[in-house]
Amino acid sequence: MVTNVTNLGRSGLSDWLVQRASAVILALYTVFIVGYLLLHPQLDYLTWSGLFERTSMRVFTLLALLSIAAHAWIGLWTVVTDYIKWTNLRLALQAFVILALFVFVVWSVQVLWGA
Amino acid sequence: MSMLNVSVYRYNPETDDKPYMQDFQVDTHGRDLMVLNVIQLIQEQDPSLAFRRSCREGVCGSDGLNMNGKNGLTCVTAVSEVTKNGKLTLRPLPGLPVIRDLVVDMALFYHQYERIQPYLQTTGPAPAIERLQSPEERDKLDGLYECILCACCSTSCPSFWWNPDKFVGPAGLLQAYRFLADSRDDATSERLAGLDDPFSVFRCRGIMNCVNVCPKGLNPTRAIGKIREMLMSNAT
Repeated sequence: MVTNVTNLGRSGLSDWLVQRASAVILALYTVFIVGYLLLHPQLDYLTWSGLFERTSMRVFTLLALLSIAAHAWIGLWTVVTDYIKWTNLRLALQAFVILALFVFVVWSVQVLWGA
Repeated sequence: MSMLNVSVYRYNPETDDKPYMQDFQVDTHGRDLMVLNVIQLIQEQDPSLAFRRSCREGVCGSDGLNMNGKNGLTCVTAVSEVTKNGKLTLRPLPGLPVIRDLVVDMALFYHQYERIQPYLQTTGPAPAIERLQSPEERDKLDGLYECILCACCSTSCPSFWWNPDKFVGPAGLLQAYRFLADSRDDATSERLAGLDDPFSVFRCRGIMNCVNVCPKGLNPTRAIGKIREMLMSNAT
């Protein structure tokens, strides 16, 4: 058993499962958004903001954003542990990624429910 | 005269500052030799060349090398299989420390093998004669027990290059599954508990370099998938 404290789920299995589940959610969200844009070639501000006024769309978007955060945390943690061997730099980069993801999530909640 | 151009990785830590490639010309007399034969012909030209070999029939696993960029056993790889434009480049297995020339230090590889406890562990009393298995239970070990620990797979795996101290590697994981799948072994949950971290199993990204190079035609990626399935059914 190898011990880790900066990966998302503390266990390789949970990281692996979250990575796959979040990938499915992101794929569904991408298909939905691309499909919506293709079906509305003359998209204007009112239609677009109307879409995001619906609670279901806000929940779906927040789910996609949390999925991005989890997916990116696991993925970038893996990249950093592969390539950065100097502990101080690795820890600093991991902290930077996690903080940036936290800011993006809080910011996007404000965008979704703010206006 | 049919000459083969061979470029060989040379490094003697006692005399060389750094490794270098040395070119040799080998007369194959028009025959399609095994790469090991070519290395032996080179050694006749330069007796200082160091390499490992033993059984010369793909059983002992001691002559794993990187031939024109692909790992394999030199004794069962014909020159025609790997040569490009009449040129053969020989390097030691990638990712492990070089002791000298084509000889690598396999300690990291063996340490990961040792970690997965490659032996049967039982709790019950020893039977009078032997521990029986049904033919179906025995069939589950096919494709697993044949591994000869040549390290061609693990040293072709980038995840093992970057984390050889934490990632078990394809060879070790194939053997981990060999004992997880064995009906006579009673240590399944302890074995799984030792693998459930982000490195030991899950550093595998499924690129299947291991399957691509295995000289015995085994499939470590499938075994790793089976370990993941066992971890999943154990934890959900």
